Amino acid sequence: MSLDSDAIKNIAHLARIAVSEEDLQAYAKDLSNILDMVDQMNAVDVSGVEPLSNALDQTQRLRADVVTEANKREQLQACAPQTENGLFLVPRVIE
Amino acid sequence: MEFHTKTLIELSAALAAGETTSRALTEHFIARFDAFDGALNTLVTKTFEQALADADAADERRASGQSLGSLDGLPFAHKDIFCTKGVKTTCGSKMLDNFISPYDATVVEKLKAAGMVCLGKTNMDEFAMGSSNETSYFGPVKNPWGDDKVPGGSSGGSASAVGARLVLATTGTDTGGSIRQPAAFCGITGIKPTYGRVSRYGMIAFASSLDQAGVFATTAEDAAHMLQAMSGFDERDSTSIERPIDDLVTGLGESLKGKTIGLPKQFFAEGLVPEVKAAVDEAINQYKELGAEVKEIDLPNIGLSVPVYYVVAPAEASANLSRFDGVRYGHRCDNPADLTDLYKRTRAEGFGDEVKRRIMMGTYALSSGYYDAYYLKAQKIRRLIRDDFLKAFEEVDIIAGPTTPGLPFGLGEQTDDPVTMYLNDIFTIGVNLAGLPGMSIPVGLADGLPIGLQLIGKHFGEAELLNAAHQYQQATDWHKQMPAAYQ
Repeated sequence: MSLDSDAIKNIAHLARIAVSEEDLQAYAKDLSNILDMVDQMNAVDVSGVEPLSNALDQTQRLRADVVTEANKREQLQACAPQTENGLFLVPRVIE
Repeated sequence: MEFHTKTLIELSAALAAGETTSRALTEHFIARFDAFDGALNTLVTKTFEQALADADAADERRASGQSLGSLDGLPFAHKDIFCTKGVKTTCGSKMLDNFISPYDATVVEKLKAAGMVCLGKTNMDEFAMGSSNETSYFGPVKNPWGDDKVPGGSSGGSASAVGARLVLATTGTDTGGSIRQPAAFCGITGIKPTYGRVSRYGMIAFASSLDQAGVFATTAEDAAHMLQAMSGFDERDSTSIERPIDDLVTGLGESLKGKTIGLPKQFFAEGLVPEVKAAVDEAINQYKELGAEVKEIDLPNIGLSVPVYYVVAPAEASANLSRFDGVRYGHRCDNPADLTDLYKRTRAEGFGDEVKRRIMMGTYALSSGYYDAYYLKAQKIRRLIRDDFLKAFEEVDIIAGPTTPGLPFGLGEQTDDPVTMYLNDIFTIGVNLAGLPGMSIPVGLADGLPIGLQLIGKHFGEAELLNAAHQYQQATDWHKQMPAAYQ
């Protein structure tokens, strides 16, 4: 499997990472090499095999629907890049 | 007293006997960092002042008969992947260079509760993605056995610091080999327990179905004491195991007579460096002398571990690392034009190359039209790999083999080609995919560089694993070897 610059541009957009024109080629080469290695999987017949997402076959544990956290807004916003009146600031989204 | 030539447990006994104080130990290891860390670069953040205050508090507890136990007052360091309240927690990334954690990870809480004294946060590959500690934003870590060699990764700082005896124990994490491979390269003991045994709460996530915290120490006995204190169910980690903690310490000393060690034939195939094979063979012979039976086993799908891992781990990483958006914490680009520009430039500036590669690889593997061919297929082969291990464990108690295919390699030697770098973890990755506990212990030196033996246990088999390592260390002295420059 080989990826070209246009494919990398699309993947980078989906991943929300800015990639400069001059770096597209390098990422295309590296990701294509990784995919070549990953393609070894094609040799295996997995028909009838169930996917495994937890090696110990555990399922998601549920908890009681009760309040467990206190309000820590000030503490948690202390490490935010930009806040105002207890809100996180981002560039204008709605015109 | 040359505290750094002792073990943690010897120092613990010295504290209990009143022969020394936590302050004296802490000052000694601070002096070791001051003398040697400029060259090795194992610490990203030093917390020496806090450590001295914590040491004094431990001494006061002891004086008033309120010692917290065998680890109270013993110095160590945390991998910088564990959130530590009020202390910078970077995960080796520019993205978190300004991040002061507002809370403690469970592992941090537990070792604090045991009275351990944290000297600082250790260097690591960025977001734990790497096998050489060369992807760190804070520069590479050097191997104490050769300053032109890598210490392994991703827990390179934790391993190098213990290898050089700058401290006698550190925490680490292991997603595909990040404890075992650096333990092998730095000539020390490292253990990654069963998936879910140690809480992931507050441990910055890389690949959530594989990530597991563990320990570096100079002996299996020390590692057992640390791991005992770190383990246990935590309701704040949704995959934490609800099961009582085994006693990892009192079982040390059990004979290996009647135990069977399985040797996967795939781990001894071509590609293994002769010096590594020779040292591993000799260690296996030692196990025979200790009374263990040895038999060859077959892990027919283990060769697919690396391809499967490089789908599953990047896929999970791409989801986990989407939280770094420049809004709530961490780096933020200057003057964003709009929200998309904020995300894209923040992430372009904050992440290094390897992290971007893996996020993009994972994004691709999960993208519309490719999910079945990559992610789903990888998860199916993952089951085959796990089942091979379970089948082998019907006949053997422990699996052994080399930790790495080669000796510690040179700085810069493998940075040009990601795939070459990935193959360093060829023997370790399967263990994570199967959720098994794994260890590496030092079993030899070649060209002055350490060689590790990997021991793999059954699910929840940490006690048996640590005992097997301890028995070997009772009969040999490879774990006592120290790099000459740091004695």
